[in-house]
Amino acid sequence: MSLLDAALRVERGSFRLDIALSVAAGETVALLGPNGAGKTTALRALAGLTPLTGGHLRLDGRDLTEAPPEERPIGVVFQDYLLFPHLNARDNVAFGPRRHGVDRRAAHAVADRWLERVGLTGYSRRKPRQLSGGQAQRVALARALAVDPVLLLLDEPLAALDARTRLETRGELRRHLAAHPGAALLVTHDPLDALVLADRLVVVEQGRVVQEGDAATITARPRTDYVARLVGLNLFRGHGEGHTVRLPDGFTLATADPVHGDTFVAFPPAAVALHPTEPTGSPRNTWPAVLADIQRHGDSLRVSLDGPITVAADITPAAAAQLRLEPGVEIWVALKAAETRAYPAD
Amino acid sequence: MRKRRGGVPLPLLLPAAVGLIFLVLPLVGLLARTPWSSLLTRLAEPGVTQALRLSLWTSTLATLVCLVLGVPLAWLLARVEFPGRRLVRALITVPLVLPPVVGGIALLLALGRRGLVGSWLDSTFGITLPFTTAGVVIAEAFVALPFLVISVEGALRGADTRFEEAAATLGATRWVSFTHVTLPLVAPGIAAGAVLCWARALGEFGATITFAGNYPGITQTMPLAVYQTMESGDLEGAVVLSLILLVVSVTILAALRDKWLTAP
Repeated sequence: MSLLDAALRVERGSFRLDIALSVAAGETVALLGPNGAGKTTALRALAGLTPLTGGHLRLDGRDLTEAPPEERPIGVVFQDYLLFPHLNARDNVAFGPRRHGVDRRAAHAVADRWLERVGLTGYSRRKPRQLSGGQAQRVALARALAVDPVLLLLDEPLAALDARTRLETRGELRRHLAAHPGAALLVTHDPLDALVLADRLVVVEQGRVVQEGDAATITARPRTDYVARLVGLNLFRGHGEGHTVRLPDGFTLATADPVHGDTFVAFPPAAVALHPTEPTGSPRNTWPAVLADIQRHGDSLRVSLDGPITVAADITPAAAAQLRLEPGVEIWVALKAAETRAYPAD
Repeated sequence: MRKRRGGVPLPLLLPAAVGLIFLVLPLVGLLARTPWSSLLTRLAEPGVTQALRLSLWTSTLATLVCLVLGVPLAWLLARVEFPGRRLVRALITVPLVLPPVVGGIALLLALGRRGLVGSWLDSTFGITLPFTTAGVVIAEAFVALPFLVISVEGALRGADTRFEEAAATLGATRWVSFTHVTLPLVAPGIAAGAVLCWARALGEFGATITFAGNYPGITQTMPLAVYQTMESGDLEGAVVLSLILLVVSVTILAALRDKWLTAP
């Protein structure tokens, strides 16, 4: 049973957002997508800050399609937090409860409790400009949660933090999201945030949902180039004919999984092997390629290869030295059928 | 902000210096002609304190009137899209370009005993505004209001409206959002506008003398007293009154500046 049931349609100039979302109680869903995909528009539409041009919004059985933002039981953590600069941390958190008719004392008590939960006891009298990025993020979270929202919205909650604070805050945020009894929707362009924080991912591109599912499914079976890049896989789409997939330009890839019809083939860059001459032996995909680019990628090197198909390969620095790899070098590419994953595209 | 090193270009320095001299020289002239020996006795004259008190009182009331009417007007112009908004904005600046005397005549035609609204006020409530202290306040508010509206509207446009959105998601209605978020955020702009407005009201002459007349104790504010003293041939008296007005207004402005207009 889903707590949030929404069909969001927003048209603005040439941009068109049209997505359906449902989130269950206690569930955290990540809306993942590239910049300009419409993620923030979706969040603003849910909060009532951007009017819908169509669709509906039901939350906990209540129809909120036409409700103004102040009447929606929805808490928002904004990307740059938007803590009220003239109020201290405690009054920022108490702002919501006060607006919901809680008297000053009780609201302050609620605020103190929330500041304690986010580990900011002792910071209640600090003004936002006296807080670090991580602290401000926690106050913003406390402020949004202090009104006991049925739905919690988070817009790129970690984007404004430096790498180190981000790591700590991500862990804390995960704990708070797990403790939140309502639904939570997280907007992010960072796949790591989405994978760590969310139970389910909804991938949005150009205003539409292109894929949704749990982290395991999304990472194993990407369905768009964007998702494939996010999870670090080579992805091709073609026509399955038993154990081969014919790509639109005629190139064929041998696969271990038997497939028929419209098919995706995915394989990790680490499965791609490079050889100075045409390899012989076991049944595998081989083709000649030209090296386009080399970049560091963790402990290994990521190599971009042009040829009949464009793929990425991960190799060790030692192998790269042995093969004398540099842009423009001609090389043979090998890929075992067993290392590919093929799955239907429709 | 860091200042750039290097000399100030002459084409900027020269006019700046002339401008400064142009502003300061008349004040020096005033000080040079001040009869310092008889200053204290002049100050004690009943007419002087009366006019000064009336000036401070009416200009403060006029500023309050401007705040009550002008802040909402500025909010409307800054935050609400409505047809004719540009026209309204143009209308608000009219008192700025209108000679104050003309403004006074216009006020008489609108609020005078036979005026558009004035005749109704008179017949229904028995209220007459011209040639009363209330009339002084109205005349001053009329010329000072545009200063307040323009500076508050500028402050509102400069304020991030997303704070109001954040307030809305926390359950604040638009009104509460205005009083609890917008107003505190633009408070420095409002204070600056109010000071400007008060200074304009304090120096008001033309509209006041036309609409409210020049009755000592009732409508004779300091600028009017200066003018009358000057007209009666008492230059020395006019100089003294001018000096008092100058000292009082500069003192008050300096005090306000320290209290409100500097960043905390």
